[in-house]
Amino acid sequence: MPEETSHIPPAAAAFPPVSRREVLQATAGAVALAALPGGAADSAAAAEAGAAAGHSLRITVNGHAHELAIDPRQSILDVLRERLNLTGTKKGCNQGACGACTILLNGQRVNACLTLAAMHDGAEITTIEGVAQGEALHPLQAAFIEHDGFQCGYCTGGQIMSGLGCIAEGHAGSPAEIKAWMSGNICRCGAYPGIVAAIAQANKAVRS
Amino acid sequence: MKAAAFNYARAASVDEAVQMLVRGGGGAKLLAGGQSLLPALNLRLMSLDLLVDITGIAALRGIRVEGGTLKIGAMTRHADLLTSPEIAAHAPLLAKAIAHVAHPAIRNRGTIGGNLAHADPASELPACMLALGATLVIQGPSGQRRVQAADFFLGLYQTALAPDEILIAIELPALASGERAFFHEYARRMGDYAIVGLAAQGKPAGDRIDALRLVYFGVGERAGSCPAAARILQQRHSPAILAEAQAALAADLQPQNDHQASAAMRLHLARTLLARCVNELLGRAEASA
Repeated sequence: MPEETSHIPPAAAAFPPVSRREVLQATAGAVALAALPGGAADSAAAAEAGAAAGHSLRITVNGHAHELAIDPRQSILDVLRERLNLTGTKKGCNQGACGACTILLNGQRVNACLTLAAMHDGAEITTIEGVAQGEALHPLQAAFIEHDGFQCGYCTGGQIMSGLGCIAEGHAGSPAEIKAWMSGNICRCGAYPGIVAAIAQANKAVRS
Repeated sequence: MKAAAFNYARAASVDEAVQMLVRGGGGAKLLAGGQSLLPALNLRLMSLDLLVDITGIAALRGIRVEGGTLKIGAMTRHADLLTSPEIAAHAPLLAKAIAHVAHPAIRNRGTIGGNLAHADPASELPACMLALGATLVIQGPSGQRRVQAADFFLGLYQTALAPDEILIAIELPALASGERAFFHEYARRMGDYAIVGLAAQGKPAGDRIDALRLVYFGVGERAGSCPAAARILQQRHSPAILAEAQAALAADLQPQNDHQASAAMRLHLARTLLARCVNELLGRAEASA
């Protein structure tokens, strides 16, 4: 992957053409500003001061280097979704219960919602957007399609990132082992048999 | 929802972290793995002025054996405890328990010290500390002090730690010859908080169990020892002795009613766990509940 450095200002950048997501973001921002009571304005000022006080973050995401000024309370999940527009990592529960935000942080799977960005200056992150090689799907992605490892697809990014961690750790040797070591990733459509079959198949492909 | 605004600082040493806590008064809190703290902040169940990140303090990580004592740095992560040959050899109870602590992605971040300082009554690790007779090493502005596990866990999310103190290490007596560990919990799904769990260690001697420590978690406001039942099980095993020990649990445990289970169901499950524990420690095949 080529190394690129982008400098992104603290305010979310708007990219033409405007997408549904950006309209939603802009609208939500305007509503939030209009509704700001005194306390929240103080909080916003404190957060601004925090960013000004040198909470700068350098991270490499999917091979691309980024340097950002951040609010200390931003999780890696917030930075990925709101600052880098990498929305394949989902905010399901924001409390570590669903696994939809699973990413690889320095090669280890973690819940991005439970990880403050400020803690990880210099980190290397892989998200679902960085798994395929161009148009060529990773064997685990292809196996999810082949085995119907999803229905609505909301949890799939997290399932695949967690599955990659599960395979790399050597915990994908049997269906029972896969089920135990994928316990943190919930699929409300109930695609579990397909998910387990896909991870088992990819484990063989990756290890052969 | 997002956390309320806070400031963030990294401590390079335990001394520096203590200074930050002192300066912060009650408004500063330590950030270890963050796997319980960040949900509480994200849900605005908690707010604070300053988060002191201690993840960069290398001196707080690692596992070593000194004499008959296992020393574990407070910032050692669950995933490292789970794969440690020292833990497997000298504290098998802890190795068995860690497999039930949340899920793999959370075990990659969460730390033993953070878990113990959080003192969740449904957590596996405080119960293990009580069953193993752990000593907790604490550092504060006036130096270090050592607290027995039995004096550390005071209640629901309450410990003996002062706001300006840091739990820096955990010391466990290594498994003695002849000792065996039992760990099991009932949860709706692997990795969920236990409805009822039991951490136990003792020395089987023929058909008796000596020096047995039984500690339940998920029952009541903190992990609870059951000395009455343990004393009864020092007698020769028989169905009547087991039944007597199971009955004695009612005196030691204060099970709660909540959305997961009624108090009566918790007591029933605790009794079932006791039968499993006795059978496993005595190497008996039959599973009588």
